[in-house]
Amino acid sequence: MKAIFHYVNDIIKGLSTLVSGMAVTGHYFFRPKLITTQQYPENRSTLKMKERFRGEVIMPHDTNNHHRCTGCGICEMNCPNGSIEIITKMIETPEGKKKKVIDKHIYHLGMCTLCNLCIKACPTGAIVMGQNFEHAVWDRSKLTKVLNQPGSEIMTEVKE
Amino acid sequence: MAFDIYDFTSLTSSIHEGLATFLPPVGVLIAEWLLVGISVLLFVAVFGLILVYLERKVCALFQQRLGPMRVGKWGLLQTIADFIKLLMKELITPNKADKFLYNLAPFIVIIVTFMAIAAIPFAKGLQAIDFDIGVLYVSSVSSLGVIGVLLAGWSSNNKYSLIGAMRSGAQIISYELSVGMSLITMIILAGSMQISEIIQAQSTGWFIFTGHIPAVIAFIVFLIAGTAETNRGPFDLAEAESELTAGFHTEYSGIKFAFFFLAEYVNLFIVSAMATVLFLGGWMPFHVGSLDGFNAVMDFIPPIFWFFGKVMFVIFLIMWFKWTFPRLRIDQILTLEWKYLLPVNLLNILLMTLIVLMGWHF
Repeated sequence: MKAIFHYVNDIIKGLSTLVSGMAVTGHYFFRPKLITTQQYPENRSTLKMKERFRGEVIMPHDTNNHHRCTGCGICEMNCPNGSIEIITKMIETPEGKKKKVIDKHIYHLGMCTLCNLCIKACPTGAIVMGQNFEHAVWDRSKLTKVLNQPGSEIMTEVKE
Repeated sequence: MAFDIYDFTSLTSSIHEGLATFLPPVGVLIAEWLLVGISVLLFVAVFGLILVYLERKVCALFQQRLGPMRVGKWGLLQTIADFIKLLMKELITPNKADKFLYNLAPFIVIIVTFMAIAAIPFAKGLQAIDFDIGVLYVSSVSSLGVIGVLLAGWSSNNKYSLIGAMRSGAQIISYELSVGMSLITMIILAGSMQISEIIQAQSTGWFIFTGHIPAVIAFIVFLIAGTAETNRGPFDLAEAESELTAGFHTEYSGIKFAFFFLAEYVNLFIVSAMATVLFLGGWMPFHVGSLDGFNAVMDFIPPIFWFFGKVMFVIFLIMWFKWTFPRLRIDQILTLEWKYLLPVNLLNILLMTLIVLMGWHF
């Protein structure tokens, strides 16, 4: 008798779990607003990437063409596949002191795996991950980028 | 030519008389065979393409996707483009394949679906052959398809194909039993195996309502077993894309692959059509007891729309199963059949017999 009870119970339980599964998919089916697919080339103007998306490494500059990079080279050391090259130069400050500043922050997008290690390692927060993902170019030399803009300087408030 | 969308007998008889005026009786017979053959062929091709498109769209909606959107408005031309692509592809025969059986298998599979469609009643008078054992005919013919599947798996000289075919064989043979049992349950209620009579018996109410509890159980069992019979998910372990690449039709390409693909969807249609005929009243409109106004409105909708509407409903249910449930393991499939469906079915037949004998149905 107990066995029969278990048998019937099994069937009812099985059916009810099946129905609850179908309720989930049915819920999706009748709500087309939940569709997550983006129609990419058409929605290019309104497309908004998620904040955590890693498109490329960029160096933000403010309106006065100032960045936060001290040229310390920690990002270069942390990069697992050598996508970053730091070229520094010595300048003379108005006080007459010699100072090492960044000349070129060279970033090879073609080699970068977007692992985020350089951004985690940067002590001054000079580089961040950008949202742009349309990286296709006709010539691979275009994938080598200089992140600091020409003539840019380090922000005065950044402590070295 | 008399054309009445509510009763196709006038159309068919006028075609028959029109042919008889200038052809001898044998010629009329051959011409009618050809006409029926061409219409079945066209129906299979067109409905198969529509079903493939629907499947992709329905699947996408269940998974919060859009599905095909690029070819034509809403991707409507997608399956046609796919079909043209398949037609142009090279037909590959693997090394050391059994050439004769390898080429024969897709034709067996597709011919079986044609044979089954012949007994499907699309509307009043729109049925190629009305056997007095129609239900038995459809169930026996559709089980022939497994021969094609086994041949395809065996002759491909590929381990995945063979495993897929063997699984498919074990599965179809087991579930054939459940399909047959649930059909028997409904035949007991209908008192006939002739499809037109079964539908006529439902003019006062569909069997799923008049047969109440055992009919509902039989409907559920039929849906489960029918899904397994068509080798669709969650019983698709004969194809099991993730394990066996594509199962028995791994080695097929081009139009031969299209035959298997089309046959799968037409089998889906046949199972749904049988469910419609036996449980949902075939092409009979929905009638409620004595609500004459309501019944008149329902009668106004032509039977062919009723039939396809119900078929689409059942197809949608089966698609819903496929895109919700995970694939069963082979031992789970056999457990479900032999330990659950079969005993439930046998008890259900007893219950139905009791209800029919006592006159408890409506």
